[in-house]
Amino acid sequence: MSRKAPGKTVQQLESVAIRFTGDSGDGMQLTGTKFTESTAIAGNELSTLPDYPAEIRAPIGTLAGVSGFQIHFSSKSVRTPADHPDVLVAFNPAALRANIDDVRPTGMVIVNSDSFTAKSLKRAGYAEDPRPALRDRYAMVEIPLTRLNREALKDLDINMRDADRCKNFFALGLMYWLYHRPVESTERWLESRFKGSVLEANLRVLRAGYAFGETTEILPVSYIVPKAKIQPGVYRNITGNKALAWGIVAAGELMQTDVFLGAYPITPASEVLHEVARYRHFGVKTFQAEDEIAAICAAIGASFAGELGVTTTSGPGFVLKQEALGLAVMAELPLVVIDIQRAGPSTGMPTKIEQADLLLALYGRNSDSPIPVIAAMSPGDCFHTVIEAFAWAVKYMTPVIVLSNGHLANSSEPWRIPDVDTLPRPKVGYWSDPETFLPYARDPETLARPWAIPGTPGLEHRIGGLAKEQGTGNVSYDPRNNEDMIRLRAEKVARIAADIPPIEIDGPGSGELLVVGWGGTFGAITAAVEAARQNGKAVSSIHLRHLNPFPKNLGSILRSFDKILVPELNEGQLVRLLRTEFLVPAIGMNKVRGQPFLIEELLARIDEMLSEETSP
Amino acid sequence: MTDHFNQLTSKDFMSDQDIRWCPGCGDYSILANVQRVMPDLGVPRENFVFVSGIGCSSRFPYYMNTYGMHTIHGRAPAFATGIKASRPDLSVWVVTGDGDGLSIGGNHMLHTIRRNIDIQILLFNNRVYGLTKGQYSPTSQIGMYTSSSPDGSIDHPIDPLAFALGAGATFVARAIDVDGAHLQQLLRRAHDHPGTAMIEILQNCPVYNDNEWAEVEDRKSRIDAALVLEDGEPLVYGSEGHRRGISLHDGIARVIELKKDQDPIAAGVAVHNEAYQTPAYAFALASLRRPDFPLPIGVFRAVETATYDALLQGQVAGAVVKRGAGSLHDLLHSGDTWTVEER
Repeated sequence: MSRKAPGKTVQQLESVAIRFTGDSGDGMQLTGTKFTESTAIAGNELSTLPDYPAEIRAPIGTLAGVSGFQIHFSSKSVRTPADHPDVLVAFNPAALRANIDDVRPTGMVIVNSDSFTAKSLKRAGYAEDPRPALRDRYAMVEIPLTRLNREALKDLDINMRDADRCKNFFALGLMYWLYHRPVESTERWLESRFKGSVLEANLRVLRAGYAFGETTEILPVSYIVPKAKIQPGVYRNITGNKALAWGIVAAGELMQTDVFLGAYPITPASEVLHEVARYRHFGVKTFQAEDEIAAICAAIGASFAGELGVTTTSGPGFVLKQEALGLAVMAELPLVVIDIQRAGPSTGMPTKIEQADLLLALYGRNSDSPIPVIAAMSPGDCFHTVIEAFAWAVKYMTPVIVLSNGHLANSSEPWRIPDVDTLPRPKVGYWSDPETFLPYARDPETLARPWAIPGTPGLEHRIGGLAKEQGTGNVSYDPRNNEDMIRLRAEKVARIAADIPPIEIDGPGSGELLVVGWGGTFGAITAAVEAARQNGKAVSSIHLRHLNPFPKNLGSILRSFDKILVPELNEGQLVRLLRTEFLVPAIGMNKVRGQPFLIEELLARIDEMLSEETSP
Repeated sequence: MTDHFNQLTSKDFMSDQDIRWCPGCGDYSILANVQRVMPDLGVPRENFVFVSGIGCSSRFPYYMNTYGMHTIHGRAPAFATGIKASRPDLSVWVVTGDGDGLSIGGNHMLHTIRRNIDIQILLFNNRVYGLTKGQYSPTSQIGMYTSSSPDGSIDHPIDPLAFALGAGATFVARAIDVDGAHLQQLLRRAHDHPGTAMIEILQNCPVYNDNEWAEVEDRKSRIDAALVLEDGEPLVYGSEGHRRGISLHDGIARVIELKKDQDPIAAGVAVHNEAYQTPAYAFALASLRRPDFPLPIGVFRAVETATYDALLQGQVAGAVVKRGAGSLHDLLHSGDTWTVEER
């Protein structure tokens, strides 16, 4: 396949953001995923954002059924999927209508002109064909995708419906040509996935789309985005959910202990269960429970029996697990609970993004029951976060909560594959000596109690949710003992701070404004702060992964700045904690639209903060 | 494995904790009989795990000198599932009550039974909430006056064994708290059964529902009020001179009066068979109620099918055979990767 047809020009770009949109049955997520893989292989930095409806099969051609996938790739560093796509690919009028307002002014809009029928315009809610008006505002590229696709398959023994289902790969082939992406990885994937006429059809339209780009006069220019400067190593694409799943498998390998995952299907956490279930040959057991409660209870049972218990869920399921989490606090058993936050409250917007379960993670149980909390900040970081959580759980004999979110879960980034030999190998030690055994004796350094598992002679003991006497673990209603135990458990969690590295500041160590983020907003905040500094603003940022306990140097950093801005995809949760804990005048910036922060809105708020006279 | 359990006695299974049930509670007898059976089961003491939820019966693990977990209300079967699924070498016993097991925990009970995980479930049925001070339970009879039903309960009760059979239970039995010898026999059978073994133990609550089971607890009246199930034997009960049998046709039970020395089978009395594949027969037995019928005690159903824990272990072992033990390096490098060279 030639790279460039005669008579066409090639233009170099630093970065491009493309949004693929269509009906949820049009295969947009797949198209975006394949484009992402190819882009990663082309050597660009990238970030992606899938956006799909909660309904599996919404009515065809309606706004409710529009599915999208955005990819931002560059020869420089990429922190977010980009605020506004430069290019919109719209498979039908509904997709156009739902997305056109996000496109950068004068951006390119590629539409399937065959789809602009009276019926589909009406379904999309258009009174008239929107294209004439849009031609003035955008670079409209109108391609008869359905017809070209059928044409490419006309001599193949395949029915019209199956033929039409391939048209996303025709468009993908065209986009590969337009941005000089390699097609080989997609061809390999098709060959591994399909056979016979379906394979033939998909390969054929992929190549036909590419060839169409080479020959059509509609597209006189193609684009090159040079390779980015990337740290040497072996890379792969990874989504947050896959990284969580692999982190779970890795923890078992690194700690030489079998993993037991109890889970109940819930969006957007189900993929973690699906992925881990594929790795039984690692000794990993998955248990699809009857409900969220049984899922965590079974995981706690497995922990009591000596395995690495873990449960995965999202907001509404996380709420259901709180009583059992309280038991894990009282029983002081290792356990990892992964909450992939989604937009709420209640069922909310299950496929949309939020980070509003922080206070639930910290305070969602009856009485005082402190639990360590770690929040992953990027898809690849999900892997390391899970391993860290297991290490804490076993070392301190405590449940540990991992917070991810729907954005990290589904978006992918190129991930430098860690060398297995450099990964931590946390030690798992079961108690064995009956002479010195007390169920609630404590390690003087960590305050952990011994992990004494069934099958060990002489260590028979009972644990449970009733108040425990220090040392013996016998049921105790002694008032003083209860207070001591509550404070001991809090102290145990507080001591984990010793294992947390100090936070590094992005930017100067003191000054006028500090932006504090946590979890999955890392990309947007960092990009905004970098952009602000390029504009000459004095602003620094820190990003918290450890929410309980906080890193030891957090207080001194906060006190080194005049103003503190805390952007969160909630109505102000971390900001409350910082104000309460450190008595600093932190100000929240909050967004609960089910969407990530835009860099431009963060930038605007940073500018505003810097122009205000005094901090409130 | 050591063989020191051979010398163990019931005393070795008594913990050092003071027992805090009310005087006269049926739980004392059940505890003593469980402790008596434990040494004979061929299991090292350290391999027993007792798991409970919340309620009077759920204090049970504290009094057993084994591994134990006193968990949260209704969820004991889920904890037990995690323990047994991860460690099939352990002998796992759930102790629950009619409120814990069939009200708040009904869902877990259902799913644990249908998975047929190899655990024993002892459901103490006293037809009342004890620990929360006497409200009606899901097995309380309609019209029962309690603190929360001053005008009489309007809840239709559920029968624990019918519930278990509906969930596909492979082992279902009923015992009486004070009939120690019979209870011990059933405990052994439950332990030997591969799969979920559910025993409903009729248990007296002297404070909130005294004498609920008096007819079958009393040795004399039991003869006419209870039907003792024996595999391969006709369904015959009643005192000398007033023998009766149960016939079953089209799922409908009838009492047949037997004359002296009359052959019950010839008279149409059904012969007990624990091993019917269909649960319909056992369900018909579970539907027998006082006062029209005797209350059956013993093993209603005992059939074998694959257990969840064995199937899970089989999948893990099978995956290792088929794919080799997992390699983390290979996993991380699976699928499309690319190398960025030093520049």
